Amino acid sequence: MTPKVLLDKKLFELIINRLCYQLIENHDDFSNTVLIGIQPRGVILADLIFKRLKEISPKIALQFGALDITFFRDDFRRREDPVLANSTKIDFLIEDKKVILVDDVLFTGRTIRSAFDALLAFGRPDSIELLVLIERRFSLQVPVRPEYIGKSVDSIASQRVLVKWKSNGEPDKVILHTSIDE
Amino acid sequence: MNNSLSVKHLLGIKQLTSEDIQLIFHHAEKFKKVINQPIKKVPSLRDITIANLFFENSTRTKLSFELAEKRLSADIINFSASGSSVKKGETLIDTVNNILSMKIDMVVMRHSSPGAPHFLKENTDTVIVNAGDGTHEHPTQGLLDSFSIREKLGDLKGKKIAIVGDIKHSRVALSNIFCLLKQGAEVKVCGPATLIPKHIEELGVTVEYDLVKAVQWADAVNMLRIQLERQADSELEVANFPSLREYSKLYQLNNEVLIKAKRTPLILHPGPINRGVEITSELADSEKSVILEQVENGVAIRMAVIYLLASHIKR
Repeated sequence: MTPKVLLDKKLFELIINRLCYQLIENHDDFSNTVLIGIQPRGVILADLIFKRLKEISPKIALQFGALDITFFRDDFRRREDPVLANSTKIDFLIEDKKVILVDDVLFTGRTIRSAFDALLAFGRPDSIELLVLIERRFSLQVPVRPEYIGKSVDSIASQRVLVKWKSNGEPDKVILHTSIDE
Repeated sequence: MNNSLSVKHLLGIKQLTSEDIQLIFHHAEKFKKVINQPIKKVPSLRDITIANLFFENSTRTKLSFELAEKRLSADIINFSASGSSVKKGETLIDTVNNILSMKIDMVVMRHSSPGAPHFLKENTDTVIVNAGDGTHEHPTQGLLDSFSIREKLGDLKGKKIAIVGDIKHSRVALSNIFCLLKQGAEVKVCGPATLIPKHIEELGVTVEYDLVKAVQWADAVNMLRIQLERQADSELEVANFPSLREYSKLYQLNNEVLIKAKRTPLILHPGPINRGVEITSELADSEKSVILEQVENGVAIRMAVIYLLASHIKR
């Protein structure tokens, strides 16, 4: 089956802008806020949001980090092959900070659960909020609630939602893959 | 890059592919970040139990393995031969089987007999990590030495590494040779003729008896410790060198040698250092020395090895 396009480039960009304005509404000048993308694809999204926020409001002083959750996953030794680890780049403490955790797709919620564990190594944050571009409804396996949602979609477990980026990190499109034997 | 190792045990570098080595380095880089975080721990191995069986004395390797295991949240038990039933005459296989019946997932073993980890692999059903077997291999040391050189000099392909000292009795030398060659480095061994094994060229290394020439050639030198405890294998064996003083005169890395060679390569030492014998304090503590980095990298490398091997253990 040909994959279905959930977001085209235009809508994708509109959503990014809307998410940025929502963030500004809640976080004002971001002086006590940090933006942390989850490796690998959450980082691309976080990076884009970071740049867009700077364009909208050049004054903001927002710290930006990348979090790898490989060593905190709950499915280690349950998979055929281990997941190849990525890099964590957080050069600041998150003690008493407001953390905005960013990922591209929210599916079972287990990645986010692992991210909570991984974040602990950098201090006790004041609060953690979650921003996702795509929320796959009715598929959560742990109680996780995103604060900022780009778009909610209904999908079944065997389908895959893929966020496509251009090589320069600009939005391309979001597609829904359905395997042929469905 | 492959996501998992081609081996189920780490018996030696000889059994690893160059992809395995790159995979271990990839993870070691990540773990090095972890051990520099405010909280230096990950929960990956929280349901794995590891036994550290040290049938031979060790300080740093044992501590380094213990720390690596703790940083991965594994449960560990420690065993050292002194003060154990080994002294009462228990065989290796009995000792190990007794320990394994306590539901152990992985064994880290140091033993004075070359091949002891192979023997264990054949006779038990557990994951084995060799922490040094006699004069044979010390794979994690070989890996961490390469990792430390790579950090400073970049990709090892075409790099020139000299291993100096007691090559004959050194498991570090053998593991280093395998590890470096598999990454495309050139290796030269240097030391008194009595401490260089015959036919070592067969491994693909060159031999040099003059330290100055070796230093002149090298991008990095790995200064091995004179293994005083292994010099007299039997009473019949003739000493390999007349005296420590004479050894130092010819094979000590000091400023004089560097001046003669007109070159200061990167300096490694697997420790423990005999200061003033194979290397002067001045150089061991100099800017070109990565001896303390080696110790830090040792923990990261061991974390990577244990993590990757543990991923094969299924529940």
